[in-house]
Amino acid sequence: MRGELLREIEQFLYREARLLDERRFGEWLDLFTDDVRYWMPVRSTRYPRRSKAIVVLDPDRHEEEELAKDGELGIFDESKETLCRRVARLDTGMAWAEDPPSRTRHLVSNVEVEPGDHEGEIKVYSNFLVFRGRGETEQDFYVGSRRDTLRDVAGAWKIARRTIILDQNVLLAKNVSIFF
Amino acid sequence: MAGNGRWQVSSLVDLKRGLVSRELFVNDEIYEREQEQIFARSWLFIGHESQVRRPGDYFVSCMGEESVILTRDQQQTIHVFLNTCRHRGMKVCRYDEGNTSVFTCPYHGWSYATDGRLVGVPLFKDSYRGDLDRSEWGLVEVAQWINYKGTIWATWDPAAPPFLDYLGGMKVYLDTVLDCRDGREGGSEVLGGVQKWIMPCNWKFAAENFAGDAYHNISHRSVDLVGIGPSGKERRDTAERATAQRLGASFPELGHGATSFLELEDVPYTPSYQDTPIVEEYFRHCFEERRRRLGPGARLLGLVGNVFPNAAYLARQPRSIAAWHPRGALKTEAWRWFLVDADAPAEVKDVLRRYFLRYSGPAGMTEQDDMENWNYATLASKGVIARRYPYNYQMGLGQEYGSYDSPGVLTDRVAEQNQRGFYQRWAACMELDGP
Repeated sequence: MRGELLREIEQFLYREARLLDERRFGEWLDLFTDDVRYWMPVRSTRYPRRSKAIVVLDPDRHEEEELAKDGELGIFDESKETLCRRVARLDTGMAWAEDPPSRTRHLVSNVEVEPGDHEGEIKVYSNFLVFRGRGETEQDFYVGSRRDTLRDVAGAWKIARRTIILDQNVLLAKNVSIFF
Repeated sequence: MAGNGRWQVSSLVDLKRGLVSRELFVNDEIYEREQEQIFARSWLFIGHESQVRRPGDYFVSCMGEESVILTRDQQQTIHVFLNTCRHRGMKVCRYDEGNTSVFTCPYHGWSYATDGRLVGVPLFKDSYRGDLDRSEWGLVEVAQWINYKGTIWATWDPAAPPFLDYLGGMKVYLDTVLDCRDGREGGSEVLGGVQKWIMPCNWKFAAENFAGDAYHNISHRSVDLVGIGPSGKERRDTAERATAQRLGASFPELGHGATSFLELEDVPYTPSYQDTPIVEEYFRHCFEERRRRLGPGARLLGLVGNVFPNAAYLARQPRSIAAWHPRGALKTEAWRWFLVDADAPAEVKDVLRRYFLRYSGPAGMTEQDDMENWNYATLASKGVIARRYPYNYQMGLGQEYGSYDSPGVLTDRVAEQNQRGFYQRWAACMELDGP
């Protein structure tokens, strides 16, 4: 049964990736719950608060020092409503950062599923490598991981929470005009 | 443009005719000269005191191309040092922020206290035989620094005028960012973290845009249409536009530029952040209190500006400071901080934070489109033919005047005088005899 669930979630994530690459943003939005938090914290190289030796030897004491905490800055901190507004902006015909549109290819891998904290929820981990081609020769690579909480809503999985960890400090792309 | 490095600045910037050469935005020689003439001599934005609250706290920032460390030493004094070991150059700090009692260089072990003193030299007795005068080899410190209403600025030039003189009349506009929303002076803190991203364009595209480009509404029309406003609807700049006079202020001798709104009389409170009552009530309270404290001074509503050379701000919605760090003629590393009143309620800070992130930063719905414009403007200006055609800065030429009781050379409509003022100062800096 665990294998079946894993396969199901992988297919869910692949389909989500295809919706993004095919720019079917309305359908992509439907994959989120109404109370979703879509959060990409900023990342910086912060000196560990504890001695590095202790962190290395005792994994239980490992803290993620690099990521911004709640209440600190991110690249995204969106609700369902603000995600909808971002998508609506793309429809105005004047969202110049995406007009002409970027070409994206979302590669998703390293999918893991764990029981969630609440009934009807599961935790899903995945890695991504998103290629973004733009214009004539521009290309950007966004690499990172996602930590999702998926919730069973009337028999369908929906994303109730997504934390996106980008593996860059200074963002090397000129913008983040796409979704992860 | 000659190969011997000398050129006529007057051929690059012709403000009487409102023309600025494209070379400023693509030329490597000009870029190199800027590092010496502008970034080595001007007051530059470093960070905020709230990033180094306790002794030993540090935050690594930039001055021009160079990495610097903002520290608070054990005596609570702030310092700004060049992030490089005096021995063989290795960065003494490769973390972005943290707390330490000493910076130890991983190459040969020289160690510096948080006040910059060289306190540890391996083999000092055996090999240096005590002959090294450690007091001469501390971390390189800036010539001047200041904490202005929480913001830290520094300069390498001991002959630079004091910061308040450097700011001049721009102070009243910068204060619209740095003062509390209810009119008390200072009182800001930055939200945790700094957004950092690469812009494929010259730093001056960003600086001149924030100094005075009120013309580029089509860039951001998409966000007006979807209702990015703090109340979830309408334009970015809320309802003040309907009742207030636009005020563009330029300081051509200094290079700063600011755009604000000026209420011509006391107008009733315009609600904003109506989607979130706790925030709406907070701003209503701030509005009333600010008017009580400042009287007619409360009529000045800051919008955007740029402190020469490369520190820009958004004064209210959002409330942010950005530094445009030069990384070559065609590249800039943008750093963006967001400010709130330190004693604002947590719910207010959180709502503001999320609004700020929607608006600004690399995923900001407004900022994204600026990146696109500056990127392609750069690409289209690199060619030998394109470079023969200067950019047009003629809007409002000769129509500046100062009829409002506000500092600067003023204009009351969309114009390009702030940009002309920026380049006037740029040209003056570039023409000085350099070392």
